[in-house]
Amino acid sequence: MNQTVNQTVNREHNRLNQTLKALKDEGRKALVTYIVNGDPTRDATVPTMHEMVAAGANVIELGVPFSDPMAEGPTIQRGHERALMHRVSLRDTLDVVKAFRQTDNTTPIVLMGYANPVERMGYDAFAKAAVEAGVDGLLTVDLPPEEAEPLDDQLKGVGLETIFLISPTTKAERAEKILSLASGFVYYVSLKGVTGAGHLNTDEVEAKMASIRTMTDLPICVGFGIKDGASAKAVAKTADGAVVGSVLVDTMGAMSGEPAQVIAEAVGALVAPIRQALDEL
Amino acid sequence: MTETVTQPNFATFPDEKGHFGPYGGRFVSETLIEALDDLDALYQRVKSDPNFQQEFDKDLAHYVGRPSPLYFAERWTQAVGGAQLYLKREDLNHTGAHKVNNTIGQALLAKYSGKKRVIAETGAGQHGVATATVAARLGLECHVFMGAEDVKRQSLNVYRMKLLGANVIPVESGSKTLKDAMNEAMRDWVTNVDDTFYIIGTVAGPHPYPQLVRDFQCVIGREARAQCLEQTGRLPDALVACVGGGSNAIGLFHPFLEDTSVQMYGVEAGGHGVETGRHAAPLTIGVPGVLHGNRTYLMEDDDGQIIETHSVSAGLDYPGVGPEHSWLKDLGRVNYVPINDDEALEAFRTITRVEGIMPALESSHAVAYAEKLARELDKDQIIVVNMSGRGDKDILTIADIDGIKV
Repeated sequence: MNQTVNQTVNREHNRLNQTLKALKDEGRKALVTYIVNGDPTRDATVPTMHEMVAAGANVIELGVPFSDPMAEGPTIQRGHERALMHRVSLRDTLDVVKAFRQTDNTTPIVLMGYANPVERMGYDAFAKAAVEAGVDGLLTVDLPPEEAEPLDDQLKGVGLETIFLISPTTKAERAEKILSLASGFVYYVSLKGVTGAGHLNTDEVEAKMASIRTMTDLPICVGFGIKDGASAKAVAKTADGAVVGSVLVDTMGAMSGEPAQVIAEAVGALVAPIRQALDEL
Repeated sequence: MTETVTQPNFATFPDEKGHFGPYGGRFVSETLIEALDDLDALYQRVKSDPNFQQEFDKDLAHYVGRPSPLYFAERWTQAVGGAQLYLKREDLNHTGAHKVNNTIGQALLAKYSGKKRVIAETGAGQHGVATATVAARLGLECHVFMGAEDVKRQSLNVYRMKLLGANVIPVESGSKTLKDAMNEAMRDWVTNVDDTFYIIGTVAGPHPYPQLVRDFQCVIGREARAQCLEQTGRLPDALVACVGGGSNAIGLFHPFLEDTSVQMYGVEAGGHGVETGRHAAPLTIGVPGVLHGNRTYLMEDDDGQIIETHSVSAGLDYPGVGPEHSWLKDLGRVNYVPINDDEALEAFRTITRVEGIMPALESSHAVAYAEKLARELDKDQIIVVNMSGRGDKDILTIADIDGIKV
């Protein structure tokens, strides 16, 4: 993947690339876990991140709350709404990453969110603040490659990876274009639908995976509709990793009144069996 | 009038990526890109297909009842005491507003695409009714997303849609209004993209929607231009239209953009007053950002979160605006001005009493601004106001304000 990006920073040292490469060398699958920053409380996020890592998560995808999360199903929408009740912002999310980094400087963190909060902060300011906080990559759901280049240049310039989605509707010619900008890993959307949907078709995923493999050496992680060890294992047979989100967010939402550490441990207890299932591969 | 910079050739915009200068574009998740590419390809093909145009024109003539009249409102002109006020009577269209021009066009596109299921978002319910209407006529399955708050406020239109055979889905997320209905329609589209055609109701959303909705609505301005020349022998001096998403305004303005002598005024919902923060006027005091698939002026906070809007008129109660309006604002070609709830209500009462024409609360904003403007112009000057819809749907709201139970 030799793009024309200005590589002012050596990205091999990026935690995301290092972690995914190490997993591949060990023959293990990546477990990517998603929660929304500030959901259900501001205090819950950092302990939950640590517990997920302790339970075997390899990459943390941290959702940046947005008022209009168009690509999310009802579960994650409610997570965004809960976080916004305490006005959790993009800047707060960078502070959370900073706090997490005080005791964990190896687990990669990818922020997942929508374009407008980043636009508002300014691409340049965001890129600098994110790398300083200890972020490793960004996935902007509503920023397809046609609109992504100005932000992509800023992020790559400071050594951050830009993760792009490829979906069941993406044609080969278009996938090539996406892959020319993509870095870190490819996020394959397993189904036509929103996050947390229930109609995952693993045969279809397998076929698509084979076709993407012919176009890129980047690791491929599969998300949307993965609920447990069995579904994670099913998609990870052909992929390099699985992304789990809604099932964690659902549990956190149901525990709104609980102390942060109790929430964190409950999430860890959900992550551990998924790790086990992936390690059976 | 603001000083204008060198004006571009408006007819050639948007560019092939859907940009109007820095605005517009396509900001959606990957799953929808192919559907948008397909829609764009279909639209570019049929745009120059005489059969499509013929079918569209025929439907506008015989089903919608076009051309709509351009009416010289003589008593209103006298009552205001200034320039001559003409009304472009979109309120006389079938279903009672300009919305149907667009749904006829998009339903035809749906027919050409072979998709049998249509979805729509709606605020006040006018676009929902217009969509349910064309779906009934073409035998298409129709689902309309509507914020739960709006379902309560607009019960009459909800029932109209049900009578027309549409399934109305109340949206409980976020602020439970139009913007959330649009989010939910997008989510439905992502899930059912293979068999579903999304009929967007305004000149916003991802490319090609702002372009195709504009093109379908331009019949308003083309007719008004010809009618004005025929009736008065010259072009109007000013155009006035209300702007929520901005489809009736762009429809009126666009065919006049090259006529440099014609001044244009887009009237936003000032709500309780733009200084109170309780309004829906992104072009008046918003900032550019990204929402619902396009870059445009938005109402948002310092963190980039979209904020709740307020207007007495549900159809203007939206935090964004079509991207072409954002561009026309920056170019100085169109002036965007706010009118408060109270001013709109007063104008509603005036024109109802002197002309026997009851405007929609959305259109009442244009009526109110036209009164102000008319007083600043000479008596021989001409203002064309877009009467974008009729006020029947708002009678319960007005009665409520008057403290009367109907």
